[in-house]
Amino acid sequence: MKRRTFGAISAAAMLMATTALADGHAQTLTVGAVAPKTGPLAGGAAVTYWPNVRLWVEDVNARGGLMVDGAPHMLELIEYDDQTNPGETIKAVQRLATQDEADIILPPYSTGLNLAAAPIFNRFGYPMITSSATVDDPEQLVAQFPNVFITLGGASPIVDGAVEVLSNLRERGDIGNRVAMVNVADAFGIELAENARPAFEAAGFEIVYDTSYPLGTQDLSTVIKGAADSNPDAFVAWSYPPDTFGLTEQAQIEGLNPPAFFTAVATAFPAYQARFGDSIEGVLGIGGVYADGEAFKEYAARHLEVTEAAPDYWASPVVYSTFQVLEQSIEAVGTMDNAAIIQHIKDNSFETVIGTLDFDENNNNASFWTVGQWQDGAFKGVASTGREGAVDVRVRGSN
Amino acid sequence: MLPPDPIPTERADGTTMDIIITGLVLGGTYALIAMGLNLQYGMARIMNLANGEILVVGAFAAFWFYTAAQVSPLLTMFLVAPLAFVLNWLVYRIMLLPLVRRAKSAGQLEVDSILVTFGLSFVAVGLMLALFGGDYFSYSYLARPVRIAGETYGLNRMVAFAGAVVIGAVLYLWLERSRAGRAIRAIAVDPKSARLVGINVPKMSALAFALGGTITAVGGALISTYLTLDASSGVIFTLKALVIVIMGGVGDLRGTIVAALLLGLLETFVAAYIDPGLTLAAAYLLFVLILLFRPQGLFGRKA
Repeated sequence: MKRRTFGAISAAAMLMATTALADGHAQTLTVGAVAPKTGPLAGGAAVTYWPNVRLWVEDVNARGGLMVDGAPHMLELIEYDDQTNPGETIKAVQRLATQDEADIILPPYSTGLNLAAAPIFNRFGYPMITSSATVDDPEQLVAQFPNVFITLGGASPIVDGAVEVLSNLRERGDIGNRVAMVNVADAFGIELAENARPAFEAAGFEIVYDTSYPLGTQDLSTVIKGAADSNPDAFVAWSYPPDTFGLTEQAQIEGLNPPAFFTAVATAFPAYQARFGDSIEGVLGIGGVYADGEAFKEYAARHLEVTEAAPDYWASPVVYSTFQVLEQSIEAVGTMDNAAIIQHIKDNSFETVIGTLDFDENNNNASFWTVGQWQDGAFKGVASTGREGAVDVRVRGSN
Repeated sequence: MLPPDPIPTERADGTTMDIIITGLVLGGTYALIAMGLNLQYGMARIMNLANGEILVVGAFAAFWFYTAAQVSPLLTMFLVAPLAFVLNWLVYRIMLLPLVRRAKSAGQLEVDSILVTFGLSFVAVGLMLALFGGDYFSYSYLARPVRIAGETYGLNRMVAFAGAVVIGAVLYLWLERSRAGRAIRAIAVDPKSARLVGINVPKMSALAFALGGTITAVGGALISTYLTLDASSGVIFTLKALVIVIMGGVGDLRGTIVAALLLGLLETFVAAYIDPGLTLAAAYLLFVLILLFRPQGLFGRKA
């Protein structure tokens, strides 16, 4: 019995080896991707990250593959679930680099997992163009890991964007000075709230309500009632996906409809629009895109066609644009020489679905969207650090 | 320049009545999460760590029927219930009964069932990802205000609370009055003696386990009308359910309901009068205090 099993296994192995040899003629590049499919960030990655990975591989293969060493190479994708656990991210990247011998490794998802994986990407020398990490001190990070690039921006420009948008509304006489601010009590929410407190006060706003709530809070009605009782002109929430939905629904139930209403992550998600419909007209949120630009429209249509889901209006096109940068650099260099590819990314600018991407001396993309607003059924960028296509912010009608 | 106004730390005009109602409604949500686990852990003696995944399945069914065909989650419940019953019954008969048969002690069964259901929870998450994808299940249902005593509450939460009251009352009466209910309570007290008085212990345990899964799945359908879930949200609910069941006393439905309401009231009072950031800390403080001073739980029997 044992011998027969062994025989079957060796036969299978030989068969696989022959197929591999036969396939050797059609040249391929192995692309590895590591991100959450389970765990707390799986919902966000399912919207923003995974569809773009599949779309990019599909797009490149549809064009006939990547030109490397003078011959087209089709992409083969290997996906790993890191369970939203930094330890697993590192292990999976290591496995991709050593066992799977991946030619390309795409950066992981979220700030924390990218920071955790930066040393291992650096050790194996892969370029790492992050697309879902908000980093406030790119200089320090890049000094340590010169293969890392940052595209999504940091906490303080996002806060500055929110302050700028509310200041504009105030100057036009649409809102007064009273800001009610809440935040989710985790690293993201705390950092943004800590940045926002002095920034709002410096701009002459009065913070009339300020509180945090634990991640995963199942009843936010007390938070919303507290905010409503403070009679604010603007409601600002540094929130995560489940609570962005919860706060918006509860605000509608409690009748908290200030002329400026801002929620953070997930405001730009298609699911947000699907759930709340027209009632979110005028809602402000983190992120934004040049929604009326041709590049975004084409990208969104293709995203919908290939992945059967719409992209979000913030990080989705940024994720795809970083893959475009990698693709263009690989083809320009013409070989899989990672050091040369990294140098090429540093030295050049790239045309992508979010417009021109050009990294500064700190490998940082200095122009990104900070605040968007739902206007006529699309989430349009209203504030950025130098992106084209911003629309004027509108005051929210009472509904 | 005038000094800035102090940041209000408590509700300006929040009435105590409002906080009590909000707290009770939250407690109802917690009861929906925990009652099923009480049947499974307390009565059938299976520490089911895949409990939260069953809840997510119920929530997903409600989401799917609502978004695909505008079927009310209140109707989907009646489809979810028999399916969840059959599924949980099969899980018990096929995967858990062998553990019960070979267990030499209650402790060994507990360890074995924790290991098996922990694995099962991963299988369930993987299956859900493969079938439904990892996106959020989010839809708007009955997100309308209702006014009670001058304050507003979400209608969907009120409906879920009513669901919790009905399920809790029917289950309690069934356990107290019916023959099968008494048999289940007997196996909760002592499965060995229950056998001696002619109770078919494996059959009754399977019934308790399947019923527990059914209640959890129905609870998931109700909860999905106001909470946003995804395929891997289950573990949050398992943990909450575990805390509530242990606080209330393993094997006593009244304990679970009282503990759920207590937790809902405590969290709401802390959020309203102290700080919403401290709700979790307060909940676990209560848990620790109960473990210290009444380790068998509020309604539990001394071991």
